[in-house]
Amino acid sequence: MIEPFGNIHPLLSIVVHAAIPLTIILVYALAAIWGERKIAGFIQDRLGPMRVGGWHGWAQSIADLLKLIQKEDIVPKDASRFLFKFAPFMMFAASYAAFAVIPFSSAYIGSMINIGVFYLLAVTSILTLSIIMAGWASNNKWSLLGGMRSAAQMVSYEVPTIATVLTVIVVTGSLNLMTVTEMQSGNDILGFLPNWFIFQNPFLIVAFIIFFISILAESHRVPFDLPESESELVAGYQTEYSGMRWAMFMLAEYADMLLLSLLGATLFFGGWNSPFGDFMGGPVWGFFWFMLKGLLLVFVMMWIRWTLPRYRVDQLMHICWSILIPVSFINLVLVALWEMIF
Amino acid sequence: MIEAISNSTERREMVINMGPQHPSTHGVLRLELVLDGEVIEQVKPHIGYLHRCFEKYAEEMGDYAKVIPYTDRMDYVSAMNQEHGYVLAMERMLEIEVPDRVEYIRVIMAELQRIASHLLGIGAFGLDLGAFTPFLYLFTEREKALDIFERSSGARLLYNYMAVGGLMRDVHPEFKTDVADFVKTFRPKIKELNDLLSYNKIFVKRTADIGVIPEKVALNFAASGPVLRGSGVKWDLRKNDPYSIYDRFDFDIPVGTGEMGTLGDCWDRYMVRVKEMEQSLGIIEQALDGMPDEGDVTEAIPKRIRPKEGEFYVRTESPRGELGYYIVSDKSAGPFRVKARAPSFVHLSMLPAISKGSLIADMVAIIGSIDIVLGEVDR
Repeated sequence: MIEPFGNIHPLLSIVVHAAIPLTIILVYALAAIWGERKIAGFIQDRLGPMRVGGWHGWAQSIADLLKLIQKEDIVPKDASRFLFKFAPFMMFAASYAAFAVIPFSSAYIGSMINIGVFYLLAVTSILTLSIIMAGWASNNKWSLLGGMRSAAQMVSYEVPTIATVLTVIVVTGSLNLMTVTEMQSGNDILGFLPNWFIFQNPFLIVAFIIFFISILAESHRVPFDLPESESELVAGYQTEYSGMRWAMFMLAEYADMLLLSLLGATLFFGGWNSPFGDFMGGPVWGFFWFMLKGLLLVFVMMWIRWTLPRYRVDQLMHICWSILIPVSFINLVLVALWEMIF
Repeated sequence: MIEAISNSTERREMVINMGPQHPSTHGVLRLELVLDGEVIEQVKPHIGYLHRCFEKYAEEMGDYAKVIPYTDRMDYVSAMNQEHGYVLAMERMLEIEVPDRVEYIRVIMAELQRIASHLLGIGAFGLDLGAFTPFLYLFTEREKALDIFERSSGARLLYNYMAVGGLMRDVHPEFKTDVADFVKTFRPKIKELNDLLSYNKIFVKRTADIGVIPEKVALNFAASGPVLRGSGVKWDLRKNDPYSIYDRFDFDIPVGTGEMGTLGDCWDRYMVRVKEMEQSLGIIEQALDGMPDEGDVTEAIPKRIRPKEGEFYVRTESPRGELGYYIVSDKSAGPFRVKARAPSFVHLSMLPAISKGSLIADMVAIIGSIDIVLGEVDR
């Protein structure tokens, strides 16, 4: 177990390990919401937030957060009160808990368990449950439709996600994300390319593309944002939520986006490894590189969101079951063969 | 809902209200949907949420000219075309000869408004399908057209610009250069739109073969405008029954081709609008060339309106289809009866016939593609 804080009391250690990812998520969420609005503005030929805080509206998300805290917490009369109130927190808890196994730098990982990837995929499955919970408990037909769509979508897209993650696991032979990252250090491919899995063999590029499409669907981003498609289902499972509970959904969604992007960065882009070998390496730079890679993937997700229209629910399923899943499994076999031969 | 779970073996439909507060019903339309899962079994449109008694108001006002501002408020997205139809009907009734300059300005305004209206229609259609960015791009262009209206008439949405026998006031001095600039900058934007949205694979997948209106159905429901032309019928009042000075211009009537799927699907109707904008640009260019530079636009406006007794009907091609005004006069200063034939109302009545068996997401696409304006449906 890597312990950057020396020998401290176990209870204190738990608090510290819980606080670090939480801080990262909160800072990231505030920045990412502002960033998304600025990126949208840039893509759409407008300015985005400009007023709050002076410089390019940097304090806009903070102002929004303060507004949301003050809002009334409305629970519909016929809602299932406990489930309705509990769902947003459960959703956030699921994506937050998964950060425990993400290796933020060579010196820091929340929990060094040997089944890291397995744990991460298992914990994020709870997201589906909380969305159905929110959709059903609201006692609103639009919410219910959103919840059902989301359940179908997430369950389906988990299959290609897991299949592509498995592809990488075939190469590494380890489920521990720290080990996976360590295996990608060095710059040996063609003499200068880093040893990231994306460069290691051509099938892993295919795997990454499938993985990226699947995480778009898993985190409900355009073109797969059907559970909350505002032009069809009003706001899907979030329709009846207001104030902080709604903010928790947003937070969870952004956290989920970051989590899956970081997972992608770990599996395919060398995690905290510097692209220049030892140059700019080390734990602190490692954190920088890791977040940079993750945020770049998040940026691509935002870029896609502001460019493409949305798929229809049956087309979404078609893409998953008749394209992504067969291709990802064939790819898995090919990668395994490649590993046997070379 | 709890009941539904406990009798889960029994097949039950869900009745759901889409609107009047729903993001993609284009105003205050309410649809009663009977759903089986996400498949629509029945649609019942409910209208009347925006009813403002246009016809009664026209009767009670006691002045023909005072009806013009109200025609603006029918289809507020294409107010110039609404005014145009009404003043043409009035002029037929009073047998007024309108100066050439007025006619040209009216045509330019009407075609600019057609472009502005289609820009909104197309943009909102994209928005319904989840494409946010094209909507804002198109709005930037629409703003430029509205700027021209603002400089000439003083208003951006509801102009009250056309008068019986003329115009309220002359256009602003730089009108010709402004319009020419707009035409020049707008042409390349249509290509940009086609690259970004029209031929986008997801967009085509969402619109092709959806909401198909066969030619026969379109004719039976008396559809008109882009909805009818999307089904492959070459019918445009500007060509088939020319009014104003449209017989002087050379332009095509774009019709649906079934290029991406079935003839008469959402994509065809969308594409007809895109192509119509190009044709409108051509008309504007020709009108700019032919427009006389001098002339009093208010000279033919009658001091007092002295109508003869009788019934008059004039139909024009508004961006949404055939817009007709039926006016009954009893020789008094105000109309005895004014009835407007609104294309959106007709198109909305087609909805149950064309959307059965489609998904909720298709429903949104269908409403977007027939491009209704609720102000005109309810009047």
